[in-house]
Amino acid sequence: MPRKLTLGLALEGAGWHPSAWREPSARPDELFTPGYWVERVRDAEAAGADYVTIEDSLALQGASAHVSEARTDEVRGRLDALLIAARVAPATERIGLVPTVTTTHTEPFHVSKGIATLDFVSDGRAGWQPKLSINAAEAANFGRREWPELVFDRDDPALRAFVAELFDEADDAVEVVRRLWDSWEDDAEIRDVATDRFLDADKLHTIDFEGRFFSVRGPSITPRSPQGQPVVAVLAHQQRPYEFAASQADVVFTTPLDADSGTQVLRDVAAAAERVGRGERAGTPGAAGEALHVVADLVVLLDAAGASGADRLARLDSRGRALTSDARVVTGSAARVADEIAALAEAGYDGVRLRPGVLTDDVPAIGETLVPELRRRGLVPETPAGGSLRARFGLATDVPSRYARETAGAATTPTASTNA
Amino acid sequence: MSTTPRKRMILATAIIGVNEHTLWEHPDAGSQTAFSSFRHVAQTAERGMFDYFFLAEGLAIRERARRPFDHDIAGRPDTLPVLAALAAVTEHIGLVGTLNATFNEPYELARQLATLDHLSGGRAGWNVVTSFDAFTGQNFRRGGFLPHSQRYERAEEMVATVQKLWDSWADDDLVADKDSGVFVRDANAGAYEHHSSQFDIRGQFTVPRSPQGRPVIVQAGVSPRGRDFAASSADVIFSPFLKLEQAQPFHADMNARAVAHGRGEGALKILPSANFAIGDTEAEARDKARHIIEQQLSPRAIQVRFEQVWNRDLSGYDLDGPVPEIEAETSPDAPQIIQGRALIHSDRAATVREWQQLAREKNLTLRQLAHEVIATPLDFVGTPSQVAERMDDFVQANGSDGFVVSPEVVPAGIDEFVDRVIPILQERGAVRTEYEGTTLRDNLGLQVPARVPARAR
Ligand SMILES: Cc1cc2nc3c(=O)[nH]c(=O)nc-3n(C[C@H](O)[C@H](O)[C@H](O)COP(=O)(O)O)c2cc1C
Repeated sequence: MPRKLTLGLALEGAGWHPSAWREPSARPDELFTPGYWVERVRDAEAAGADYVTIEDSLALQGASAHVSEARTDEVRGRLDALLIAARVAPATERIGLVPTVTTTHTEPFHVSKGIATLDFVSDGRAGWQPKLSINAAEAANFGRREWPELVFDRDDPALRAFVAELFDEADDAVEVVRRLWDSWEDDAEIRDVATDRFLDADKLHTIDFEGRFFSVRGPSITPRSPQGQPVVAVLAHQQRPYEFAASQADVVFTTPLDADSGTQVLRDVAAAAERVGRGERAGTPGAAGEALHVVADLVVLLDAAGASGADRLARLDSRGRALTSDARVVTGSAARVADEIAALAEAGYDGVRLRPGVLTDDVPAIGETLVPELRRRGLVPETPAGGSLRARFGLATDVPSRYARETAGAATTPTASTNA
Repeated sequence: MSTTPRKRMILATAIIGVNEHTLWEHPDAGSQTAFSSFRHVAQTAERGMFDYFFLAEGLAIRERARRPFDHDIAGRPDTLPVLAALAAVTEHIGLVGTLNATFNEPYELARQLATLDHLSGGRAGWNVVTSFDAFTGQNFRRGGFLPHSQRYERAEEMVATVQKLWDSWADDDLVADKDSGVFVRDANAGAYEHHSSQFDIRGQFTVPRSPQGRPVIVQAGVSPRGRDFAASSADVIFSPFLKLEQAQPFHADMNARAVAHGRGEGALKILPSANFAIGDTEAEARDKARHIIEQQLSPRAIQVRFEQVWNRDLSGYDLDGPVPEIEAETSPDAPQIIQGRALIHSDRAATVREWQQLAREKNLTLRQLAHEVIATPLDFVGTPSQVAERMDDFVQANGSDGFVVSPEVVPAGIDEFVDRVIPILQERGAVRTEYEGTTLRDNLGLQVPARVPARAR
């Protein structure tokens, strides 16, 4: 029996091809309307996906790659991803919603209550894709920090040191968010008329986080959300990001380019998990103590819309800038793409996240041809799983707050302090 | 018959969230965090043709002696995602969120509000608040980084900067023409620059011009500085004045200030928060009102609210005993026993002396004193037609331009108002029977402000 994979769809503008917006099906003039996003996520839900991710950044596209560009022929502008997810939540039923929210300039306190609230409005379907803001354009929009002149050369030690700092800061940011999610125990709201108490004050906790970059006291203003700990998913390509994912995330999106690199990526992720001591925290649910769910990202252009995937790609490439990607680009029939996915399952991946070349063509095609093929091969379940997003990833669904666990553990330890 | 045209009453409703007014002990009380509660109130208000649904905000759990308040409603979901989700289940009603100018950055806030405006088809509004304490700052990277005096400076610059960002895309910058391959007319669409004492930022904004151009600005804060700020840049004022003798001069003052800022008569709408108790008879309504106040003044609520003014631990005093003859703790280094709740009385020592004096004269216990000085009497108490008539008269007398109706019971408290008072107000011609337009600005009768281009073409 092959293992069952989770299936995610990554939503980005009109699609991941820079010319996607010019396809006949595309609706570029509706990219900023709610109807567009509701339909894309409903398509993904109908296709049988477990979750969608929604991309975001705090600067205009083009500028958010490492070099500023002044283009007029590609999609520019985007709406806030968290709010898109919240807007879509009541209009969908089952699918997980994983917006990108950045960590470098945003306040962890705001992120924490924002994602927790997405969890409330979606009834436990929320996730978070934390993302660093590395480029100067994002920093200039905030104007609070000095930003070095960066040369985007991987071997430049100054760049490496700077990026390492941003990862350290992101580690702290996610840690703070997770602690705030735990800062109310599940049953803190008691509504006890007899004692005139709405809350049990012992079940709210300051987090008293003091780090190198900032300190946050807590507790959160937002009570514990339906999942307690929404799913945290990180895109990573290298050692330091793998460590970031291994220490803070539940899910890591990786970009294997072929079978060999696929195996290597899994090994590198496992080594990173070892280095950060993730295994030592096994059995501690909700805060990166569980096995890391490793996902392979693929950009897909299926045979669809009356043209082969390869022809569609060639046509799109000829329109403007050719598609380049950090992730493997797969074109062709559902069977061909399913072969690739089967190989990833074989290699030991837990899931795939497909980045559709053109959302309005490839998402429906994924539902009509690819998912039935994956089901036929037993690679994904016959019927999409329901329940919380955590359940979808095989994570514990009953996650007590870490502070509840500490308090319970401390009951026998006389030295533990209490607030009573 | 009067010849002046009848003013239409603007109506908003709110889930205030964390507060001491909401009756969680009430048998009909529901969750104040579940989405179903927000949906119920917003949809019911929309059925009643309300102008907007409103959320208050606070960014720290209230504390007494470093422990969370446990007797009042506490805990709230995040404002913006709640409003975005409500946009999915409503069609006409405005969605206004309170968002702090001190603990947010303009680029992010402008982006979120412009997104909400797009996602709601032009129904977004922002109630600009400045926060009243540094305590909240402990939850943020930079801490409680601004003294009160600079918070309005920041708030003013915040609004100006956010508006500049909203104006950074021209209406026709988004072309999206597949054939010619032109997505944006100008590679510089969204370019802006802002340098002031609070913000030193530049770049390009990611959100094309939203349906309202600029979401509606609401402001709450009534100090002279707050008034001038509101008069220059707000569309709506959330005011605390519901006594005609205070409300009329406030209305007149604010309108005069707005005109002095070069704005047209009626450009600024003033909405006090109002609550109500409705009965089949006036006596029944009075009973309800009395019951609401009794529940609000629970023993622990009374203690905490006195402690905030005294800034002393009063837990040792019997509520049914005499008012303590001790002074307020006013030394500047004394820690605040109550944190995260707005202090209404600026001169604590004087307030305490005044209350002690009153208690002596009237021979009041602490509990009785609370009913005299802390209880906020309900504003409109009576039969549905009495409530409708008094509200209408208040607006026609220029006490305000409407009300933020905030029921004590969440979520069902709004139902009675919509079912029983709205039809009478509609019969009187005091409120609408159909939404006039598609955006919040249209429905409030506000102009779309002219766009100020950030750059030469
Ligand atoms: C009617 C009213 C409602 C308010 N609502 C909030 C709120 O929801 N959140 C908040 O942080 N501050 C709120 N405030 C506080 C104001 O933003 C402001 O900080 C405070 O009133 C001090 O300003 P002032 O001296 O101009 O009155 C409110 C104030 C008023 C008058």
